[in-house]
Amino acid sequence: MDQILTNTGYLFQYPVLNLAFIIDGIMIGSLFALAAYGLALVWGVMNVKNLAQGDFVIAGGYCSWWLVKTGWLQSIGLSDNAVALLGVPIAFVVMWGIGWMTYKLIITRVIERDLFTSLLATFGLAIMMAQILNLMFGSDTQSLQLDYKTYSFAGGFINLPMAKVIGTCMAAGLAVAVIIFMKRSRMGQAIRATAQDSRAARVMGIDTEKVYAFTFSLNAAICGAAGAIIVMVWVIQPFYGITYSVRAFVIVTAAGLGNLPGVIAAGLGIGAAEQYGAHIFGIGYQQAIAVTLLLIVLFFRLLQQRRKRQALN
Amino acid sequence: MSKNWILYIALLAITVAAPFLFPSYTAFLATLWLFIVVAQAWDMTGGQMGYNSLGNIFFYGTGMYAGAVFAIGLYYNVGEWTDASRSEIFSFTAGQYYTGMVVGIIGAGLFCGLCALIIGPLFFGLRGPYFAIGTLGLAIAAGEIVSNIEWLGGGQGISMPHSPLHPDFEKVLIYFLFAGLGVVLFIFCKWFYSTRFGAAINAIRDDEEKAEAMGIHTLRYKTITWAISAVFVGAAGAVSAFQLIHFEPLETAYQTINLGIFMVVCVLLGGKGTLWGPVIGAILFHVFKEVTWNYFLGGQWVALGLLIVIIVVFFQDGLMGYLKHRRPEWFGIKVESKDKEAAA
Amino acid sequence: MNIKTTMLSMAAVAGVAMGTSAAAMDCETITLGAAISLTGKYATNGVHAQNGYEFAITKIKENGGIMVDDQCYNFNVIYYDDESKGDRGATLAERLIQQDGVQYMLGPYSSGLTKAIAPVTEKYQIPMVEAEGASRSLFNQGYKYLFAVLSTSEQYLASAITLAAEKAEAQGRAASDVTVAIAVENDPFSLDIRAGVMEDAERYGMKIVVDEKLPRDLSDMTSILTKVKLVKPDVLVVSGHSKGAATAVRQIGEQGVKVPMIAITHCEAADVVGNFGENAEDFLCSTQWAETLTYEDPIFGSAANYEQEFKANYTEYAEKTVPYQTAQASAAVYVFKDAFERAGTLDKDAVRDAIAETDLKTFYGDIKFSEAGNNIAKPMVLRQIQDGKYNVVAPSAFASHEVNWPRN
Repeated sequence: MDQILTNTGYLFQYPVLNLAFIIDGIMIGSLFALAAYGLALVWGVMNVKNLAQGDFVIAGGYCSWWLVKTGWLQSIGLSDNAVALLGVPIAFVVMWGIGWMTYKLIITRVIERDLFTSLLATFGLAIMMAQILNLMFGSDTQSLQLDYKTYSFAGGFINLPMAKVIGTCMAAGLAVAVIIFMKRSRMGQAIRATAQDSRAARVMGIDTEKVYAFTFSLNAAICGAAGAIIVMVWVIQPFYGITYSVRAFVIVTAAGLGNLPGVIAAGLGIGAAEQYGAHIFGIGYQQAIAVTLLLIVLFFRLLQQRRKRQALN
Repeated sequence: MSKNWILYIALLAITVAAPFLFPSYTAFLATLWLFIVVAQAWDMTGGQMGYNSLGNIFFYGTGMYAGAVFAIGLYYNVGEWTDASRSEIFSFTAGQYYTGMVVGIIGAGLFCGLCALIIGPLFFGLRGPYFAIGTLGLAIAAGEIVSNIEWLGGGQGISMPHSPLHPDFEKVLIYFLFAGLGVVLFIFCKWFYSTRFGAAINAIRDDEEKAEAMGIHTLRYKTITWAISAVFVGAAGAVSAFQLIHFEPLETAYQTINLGIFMVVCVLLGGKGTLWGPVIGAILFHVFKEVTWNYFLGGQWVALGLLIVIIVVFFQDGLMGYLKHRRPEWFGIKVESKDKEAAA
Repeated sequence: MNIKTTMLSMAAVAGVAMGTSAAAMDCETITLGAAISLTGKYATNGVHAQNGYEFAITKIKENGGIMVDDQCYNFNVIYYDDESKGDRGATLAERLIQQDGVQYMLGPYSSGLTKAIAPVTEKYQIPMVEAEGASRSLFNQGYKYLFAVLSTSEQYLASAITLAAEKAEAQGRAASDVTVAIAVENDPFSLDIRAGVMEDAERYGMKIVVDEKLPRDLSDMTSILTKVKLVKPDVLVVSGHSKGAATAVRQIGEQGVKVPMIAITHCEAADVVGNFGENAEDFLCSTQWAETLTYEDPIFGSAANYEQEFKANYTEYAEKTVPYQTAQASAAVYVFKDAFERAGTLDKDAVRDAIAETDLKTFYGDIKFSEAGNNIAKPMVLRQIQDGKYNVVAPSAFASHEVNWPRN
């Protein structure tokens, strides 16, 4: 208890801390938001709740990590840094392929089924992916150490490692690209139409099967790119997927489906909330804080619904 | 009917004789009964009532800790017991051990039932996937929080008192505790599903709004059913605590992605919403798991994930569902031959 | 199978060894059992330990095996993968004893797993010599069949506190002015390290200013480091197996944290020098064993010799420092060999008594067990990473180099 009070006291004693936490929170939150956006997409369009979301993230991370470690691209004259940055689009493409395969093998069979089915099927998928990654790459934590500079401000309290800044910018760029794609392209329009009413979309001549496959692949690709960014700034490990899955569910549950600004805001908010929580209660509670937030969001929405005499369905 | 009685008595005889016939597999069989208990208990809410919980492992973990606290707390201060740097050795006499065991198992069951009564009204506002995600969140959060409570040993875990029995007998005792729970639960379910209460929870599964409209106080029925299922899971958790002797919060007690999911898969494998489904599913699953763990070392989790996907995607009705479809007469369903031909 | 083998198999000795060398040809086999983490979060160190076991078995074989009552034996180990999970470990120990008929056990990796398995071996009265479980909570349960060749974990970083006190006094400050920040993983091993550090700090009257527990899926500890920057402690202690070491070294460098003394565990196992180079400079690393120490024995030769031969046999370690997890695993096998020879029989209770009376000089250090089963004859050493090399700096009896202080 004392510790909680002291830690809270620091926030007022050193206001610059707040800035540090918010900056860190935004950096990690932007990656949570990417994974959550993919989840909102598949949830909204095809009503599949993908518990393997985090494992797609981790798989993307390993994809980029492996690319740097094999050194093929370095042998044609690229630096480690360049390969790591190139890893982001490459992870996007590779995970697109894996997402497409997953769709064809598994997801296409669970779309029309009840909701619990997709939850459990993707859970099985998550177990499988984590273990395959473990068999392929071992259970060590891995990261890419880029030799970028770290800029520090405010007497060393605020650190901006260049790698993190680049990662955040890439995440933002990817988000913007996806938004424009959804608004402008034919496929984007088809996806939105299917999300609104898949039967009507089919009547209007949209090949919904193709839309579903595209949406799921896009989701996997977004996650993969997020993972490739994560491996540059944090660490990955085959079993860390659940962390990102939980965050993605918290964010989507909080923001609701089809609410892109909401997803981004919730993502950044959770990033910051976790930094504050870790500071005040101790880092040991980080996972507990994320899950408790999920429960709070659920019960809050339940209360809202109850006023309208509805259950959260 | 008489045929059925012979079957039941034969099964009971096998249950009693098994640990003596296969002494080196007693531990394996005890775990099998644990699976049967948690699967059957899950089916009470999941299969019969239509509320798919992914967090029933919460009651298992809480049962383990409650069992430990009740058993140890009778004689010692739990905080001192879990202090890693203590130098004195606490010991239990045989009398203390068995009293602790009885109090621990019964207390754990009741405590978990109480927990379900308290959290039930909160969670039963959630439907479908939200209920599943919410309960999963509950189990994860509980594990993380317990791992930060130093009084319970925190991340160190907690050790149980040592059994005064010779290990060969202790094993058999644990087996019969699990088997006893399983048999009692089975008989209870057989009776329970035949009552008006059972009909009411089936009505909730089939259409909750209509059930409510017909005057069933759905929340009360749902909460009580969950509490009964929690009593059995909690008691099973306490027995596990005595079996394992040492356990820790995240990977043993609140083992969300192991037992927490396995119990659901067992039920799906055997067939949801049937009396025998969870039992058969648990047996099939446990045998599959042990075989892959023995002969497929390294790839065991891949095989398991694959099994879950295949079951969920292709065989969601489970073995019992399949049999019901192919051999309806076994379930007392009369099918007009014309319909049968049409179906074929 | 001839009659003799059948009889021996009743004493848990299975099969006839398929030795490759002529000397080993007519040796029988003694089967040991081990559940070890080949997958899961402890897999790195689990493999280090397994390599240590296997290397020792090969070396003992090359040196003529184990002579029990004029019959020569070799060790063979049945391994199972405990997936770094306690309940799995306990189930596997049960299976090793019940279904495979194993009569002697080697330990798993980590205190947590050892805590899960020890009740089982104790129940069946199977002697277990373990090399990777250091938490004191293992040795206050009254176990009679558990023996640990390593020093208990409260000693890991205690000498860092002593060192900090010495430095403070040399500077003209009181030792009680020293402030300590602690960040340890929430598991039995690291929590015991924390307890040891706190006891020592209390003795000097030092103040604990940060006391945090790291989660198991640690990937980011910036919030702790920010706090450290705020309170400016004199000593920072981090313990969290390999991933804790890696995360700490990386982020301390990245965040520019300046603390005069930083002490961590598992430097060698995480290969922090190879992975993070410059960033790892001047970290203090606790170790159970160092290849520069002057221990030796007839099987493995000197500590330096052990390292050389081990690297020759396991080429994946060629570029790294051989972790002490490997050395102590080998020492555990050596304890078994010694005990079997002194017992002169394969009876497990006689072997247990022989182990209890062990008084052995090995390449890993002296081994002598207390009543509770922990090794009381071997001190811990503290090394500092200086110019990419691990140099022993404490305790003073073993120190080969001066400690660089303050850091940076």
